[in-house]
Amino acid sequence: MSGLSRLYGGSRPAGGGFETFSWYYFRISGVALFVLVIIHLILMHITTDVACTTYAFVAARYANPWWRLFDWLLLTIALTHGMNGLRVVIDDYVHNPRTRIVLLSASATLLLIFFMLGTLTLITFQAVSPAGQACLH
Amino acid sequence: MYKGQSGMWSWLFHRISGLGILLFLLVHIVDVSLLGFGPRVYNDGILLFDSVIVRLLSLALVAAVFYHALNGVRIMVIDFWRKGVLYQKVMFIAALVVTIAIFIPFAIIILRPAFTPVVAWFFQLPTTASAGH
Repeated sequence: MSGLSRLYGGSRPAGGGFETFSWYYFRISGVALFVLVIIHLILMHITTDVACTTYAFVAARYANPWWRLFDWLLLTIALTHGMNGLRVVIDDYVHNPRTRIVLLSASATLLLIFFMLGTLTLITFQAVSPAGQACLH
Repeated sequence: MYKGQSGMWSWLFHRISGLGILLFLLVHIVDVSLLGFGPRVYNDGILLFDSVIVRLLSLALVAAVFYHALNGVRIMVIDFWRKGVLYQKVMFIAALVVTIAIFIPFAIIILRPAFTPVVAWFFQLPTTASAGH
């Protein structure tokens, strides 16, 4: 094998274990993210300037529960795809068993904390009124 | 297959862009959580994204996202299409070219608000001066 990650491409791990699942998960979540992330980027940077993505903007958007679902899918899929990527990077470079365990558990904890923080933000958001200015300038 | 020149660069760019996007995602989850503190606090957080420096960082994010997305498609074509490997180098170049092609309009649109005041100030300077004393 080359020094490159075995998970990068062309070499699907056999055996049906977690690595096989991970290999498929990167690809399936990748397809979903291709659509979700590009829509998100266009909405937040092209059709609306960031200076106008204010509290009032979010309040109007989150009045529609489907946008909350959209954002929750984006959060969940991006975070799991990204943290699984971090796991592969740690696997590739950290060979000391003790350090590996520490870093892998740290990233698993980080995944859980950020997933909970994001989910909590999305679920509990209730717009206050007045919602403030529409744009910052 | 990935020991070759273009294969190595595509892999390295994919890894770096992926880690960069992940770092932004973690920051972004925290800044969005400011919503819970009400309009004033949240808008103060958004004000940061309006600065020229963070707008430039957003451009790096846009480039990273599009490269990562397009190279991801390239990886899947290699994985799931029997002849995909034959075109891996062409597809790497295509991913780079398309990333740049998409990046340019994004860069113009994202940076325009930051430079509009500068441009306006430059062109209005003579009028303001003559309107003075």
